[in-house]
Amino acid sequence: MAWLVVRLAISMSLLYTASAVFEDQVGKFDWRQQFIGKVRFALFDTHSQASKKLLLATDKNVFASLNSRTGDLFWRHVDKTGPEGHIDALLMYGQDAVVVVGNGRLLRSWETTVGGLKWETVLDTGSFQAAALVGVQDFVKYVAVLKKSAISLHDLSSGSEIWVENLPDSDSVQYQTIYSGGNGLVLVLGVVPNSHIVIVEYKIEDGEIMNKKSVEAAWMSSLESSCAVVSSGILLCVDQITQSLYTLPLQSAEQTEMRQIHLQTLDLEVVSGFRPVLTSTQPNPAQPPLSEFFLQLSPDHHILLQFKDGLIAPLRDFNPAYLAAFATSGERTVAAVMSPKNDTACSINLFSADTGRRHLDTTIIYHMDPNGGKPNRLYVHAFLKKDDSVGYRVMVQTEDLALTFLQQPGRVVWMREEALADVVTMEMVDLPFTGTQAELEGEFGKKADGLLPMVLKRLSSQFILLQAWLAHLWKLFYDARKPRSSVKNEVTIDVLSRDEFNLQKMMLMVTASGKLFGIDSKSGTILWKQYLENIQPNSVFKLIVQRTTAHFPHPPQCTLLIKNKDTGLGSLYVFNPIFGKKSQISVPALPRPILQTLLLPVIDQDYAKVLLLIDDQYKVTAFPSTKNVLQQLQDTASSIFFYLVDSSQGKLSGFRLRKDLSTELIWEVVIPTEVQKIVAVKGKRANEHVHSQGRVMGDRSVLYKYLNPNLLAVITESTDTHQERSFVGIILIDGVTGRIVHEAVQRKARGPVHFVHSENWVVYVYWNSKFRRNEFSVLELFEGAELYNSTVFSSLDRPHPPQVLQQSYIFPAPINTLEATLTEKGITSRHLLVGLPSGNILSLPKLFLDPRRPEMVSEQSREENLIPYAPEMPIREEWFINYNQTVSRVRGIYTAPSGLESTCLVVAYGLDIYQSRVFPSKQFDVLKDDYDYILISSVLFGLFFATMISKRLAEVKLLNRAWR
Amino acid sequence: MAMRRVLSLILSVLSTVTLLWTQSGECNNGRRSGDAGDTDLSGFSVPLEHSFEVDDVPRFRLRGALQLKGGKENGVYLSQNQLSEKDRITLKDVAAADGLYRVRVPRVSLQVDRQTERPSEGYLTTFVRACALVESHLSDVITLHTDVSGYIIGISIVTIPGSCRGIEVEDEVDLEVFNTTISVVAPVTAPAPETAPFIERMEQEMEKKGKNPQEQKSFFAKYWMYIVPLVLFLMMSGAQDQSGGGAGGGAANGGGR
Repeated sequence: MAWLVVRLAISMSLLYTASAVFEDQVGKFDWRQQFIGKVRFALFDTHSQASKKLLLATDKNVFASLNSRTGDLFWRHVDKTGPEGHIDALLMYGQDAVVVVGNGRLLRSWETTVGGLKWETVLDTGSFQAAALVGVQDFVKYVAVLKKSAISLHDLSSGSEIWVENLPDSDSVQYQTIYSGGNGLVLVLGVVPNSHIVIVEYKIEDGEIMNKKSVEAAWMSSLESSCAVVSSGILLCVDQITQSLYTLPLQSAEQTEMRQIHLQTLDLEVVSGFRPVLTSTQPNPAQPPLSEFFLQLSPDHHILLQFKDGLIAPLRDFNPAYLAAFATSGERTVAAVMSPKNDTACSINLFSADTGRRHLDTTIIYHMDPNGGKPNRLYVHAFLKKDDSVGYRVMVQTEDLALTFLQQPGRVVWMREEALADVVTMEMVDLPFTGTQAELEGEFGKKADGLLPMVLKRLSSQFILLQAWLAHLWKLFYDARKPRSSVKNEVTIDVLSRDEFNLQKMMLMVTASGKLFGIDSKSGTILWKQYLENIQPNSVFKLIVQRTTAHFPHPPQCTLLIKNKDTGLGSLYVFNPIFGKKSQISVPALPRPILQTLLLPVIDQDYAKVLLLIDDQYKVTAFPSTKNVLQQLQDTASSIFFYLVDSSQGKLSGFRLRKDLSTELIWEVVIPTEVQKIVAVKGKRANEHVHSQGRVMGDRSVLYKYLNPNLLAVITESTDTHQERSFVGIILIDGVTGRIVHEAVQRKARGPVHFVHSENWVVYVYWNSKFRRNEFSVLELFEGAELYNSTVFSSLDRPHPPQVLQQSYIFPAPINTLEATLTEKGITSRHLLVGLPSGNILSLPKLFLDPRRPEMVSEQSREENLIPYAPEMPIREEWFINYNQTVSRVRGIYTAPSGLESTCLVVAYGLDIYQSRVFPSKQFDVLKDDYDYILISSVLFGLFFATMISKRLAEVKLLNRAWR
Repeated sequence: MAMRRVLSLILSVLSTVTLLWTQSGECNNGRRSGDAGDTDLSGFSVPLEHSFEVDDVPRFRLRGALQLKGGKENGVYLSQNQLSEKDRITLKDVAAADGLYRVRVPRVSLQVDRQTERPSEGYLTTFVRACALVESHLSDVITLHTDVSGYIIGISIVTIPGSCRGIEVEDEVDLEVFNTTISVVAPVTAPAPETAPFIERMEQEMEKKGKNPQEQKSFFAKYWMYIVPLVLFLMMSGAQDQSGGGAGGGAANGGGR
């Protein structure tokens, strides 16, 4: 019964907060896009002619099947992150796809139509080297897996191990490749670098070693990168130092050394510094490979060669050619070669592999994206047409991880932006006004500077208005002539404008590969993309909105700080967030490592906020650095403070700006690294508004919040990881004075710690190592019953320490990320958005994380709407804002206010991207979807007429009475 | 009357919270030092230095000596000199130029035995506006923050009042002696989820319910007189709604399906 009462109390309190999506609202405000990552292996299903399947394995440990006609996912399997789920190899035969996972830990077979697991085998330990399908008498029956010191053969239909054999001399020989030509033998090739090659022959039936030989090869360092098997078991290797090819029949007993063929004799030469690459093809694993192969001599020079009777003959020279690939359909093998056509386009042509002759009418024109990267992988899907000629489609992967699927004569069938699988940071920017709106806004925004300029400005803006109107008329006229169906309602940059409630915004996404995206938040359409070349893989990005769209006619301006993690050297990329164009503004050179950035509320004459960059000598660079800005900085220098964190020394230090843009150290806090290390420091979000200064308590008195905009939350973790002694520390420091406002220690806890710092509270999640569970803790800071200085907050003048209340709760699930909702004016109650590893995003009312939740229910706590304390935090399915649209590996959640106070825009990103709206206090400022306009208006009209009639009747009655 | 009681209750809650804040810190250190074994009860002294210069380049001079008592009391005592004539003038000049008054202490451990373990390196600094110090007549509050193991990690200084209003201050009378409140604050132990009291409370309520035979009646038996009219009313209104011709439409129907 008591439980019931508590439950009832909780559910009563939830009446205000419960929010779920109705069935008919699915997909109305939200969208999800699923990604797979950078493709490592791609195989087309050539099993049947009509098959649309494309199997992909990626560096994000994703194994997926795509519809090759649309680019949509058929199915996707997301494995563990890190080396444990790393996909080492992907082989396909018929309906089965065999995958080796986790450095040779698991061997799995998938049914490719529905993506079901057929079998899984745990392999012996040992680092993975190679895997190959093994066939006997034209029929593929086995899969062989080569580890560092053992080889095992598995049955393809059941996964059962046929045999496993230790490799001879595996501590000195590096075994790297498996070869099987369908003749009942499995050959394992190993190399002793700069000495010799070892070839071991195993019998397929029982794994017996049939033959073992070693061949001199003093020049060879790696088999994998320089060799290939062609024709009927001929090992072919290339060496750039001696500029020659080497051949060796693998199974011949008489030839005991490699035969050298100088490239010169073939009139070929390897470009110095380039490592030549051999590409051969084995269409059927049960048969030996073809005798034709590609040799790449420089980044844009390929040559098709043929090995025949111990001789190598060139079939066709492709110079220039970026990429070349073989494809087989039925019995016919073709080679597709991509050659540059002009600066912006490449042409792909098909050649028959055995002769090198070009197939007629097989050109595909591939237009390179000027804002994208160069193509770096080519996957070809060949098929036989009705007239028995070979048709083909290609998939091109570019440096910026875009997958483009093309068919003849160059039509892009679909395109996927796989860079979005790794979003690093994002921002949301308001869309610009339409020309008309903007002109009117701009008129009022401008500073008054004399009568004549004002008149001119007015005239010019009127002229622009007229222009816009005429353009609009022309468009109407133009569209009217076209049939209705051809007028597309697509989202393009030109028609983008702010909607009434500012619900549609531009999402700027920065990805780890260095590609920037501008995405329409309403539909998820990519409006622009820009690939930044020469981004180091270990770069960190910081995206700063310097000027919003509010300052027409100045275009909005965003700055991306790209910093090399190792050297700390940074560079700035300035662009227009709406159109994605690079700005012409000159960017300051940053010769020294950047430690900290600071966006000031100070604006220059062009309404761009000033960005301060602090380098490792504590010198400050301002951007933009016009005279006006420098003057303003000089005036306000004494009130500009910033902090630096050096987690390796546990040092937090505060600096003040001097008039000459140098800095002075003003405070220092040092947390000894022997005991604990700083893991994260977070301030508050700059665009956060707090509507109420205090909380009204049960007795009608007010408890004022401690709203320090300069407060920093520092999270530390103990260096001692023993479960009894480990702790998580939370230190609240004023960023201006360095005053430690509060210092707490969560005992028997360890990270990873996720936390949110907002308003007057900090919420953090940690792992309780004693009870082995996740726990939430909330800290709230109050000034007390009186405000010290209610007009303005100054860190320099706030002598009394705040009162700190704290409470902790058990959270029955692990957590990936944590963020708080944000609304325009901060009136709406707050929710916490919790990204769970299951892919769900939980919208948890802050009401539950309130340190004033009472132990015992009293009159006052009821008055205050406080929920009685319960140690466990509930998780309700209807709180999942993304119902069944789970976000794989959610890494971050971004929240942005909209023009509606009730509505907060949410973007969750990880492997997938999910965008939605949340209404923490329900849609109090919006009429419901099913609002009955007809009823209301008919009642209104009815009442109106009723009053009219009754008025008339009353008049008549009065007149009659008067006559009486 | 009730209102006042509520207020006093909340205040007492708050005060206990603040008390806990300081107390648990002391407990904490006490326990730690107890762990460390024999400690020198006589304590040790650490210099407190200050700097106020017109050109704002810090030149630290001795302000006083902090007597830190290790061990169970964990007390701190500050003995400091008067400001000299020259210092007073400088301080007023700095205040007039809106300069900073800085203080610093060396990084030390409050554990006396740890003192020898590692020589102090570097200082912990903080500041207050010089004018605020002058206008508060040199009444300041200095707090030393320690981490769990007793190292001083930060120092903070505030003046009471903390504002600069430009009030004239007579230097002979008001700027001679520091009126300093000094304390050492150790980290508070954050609360863990309180399961035991919650279960206890639940059990108590169960017992209470169990003793009262009236409560034993089933939910329906107790409240049938409310439920029956409510159900009847809902049925009536539901019937009306349907005859109204899908006025409820939209989401209601969608949800129902």
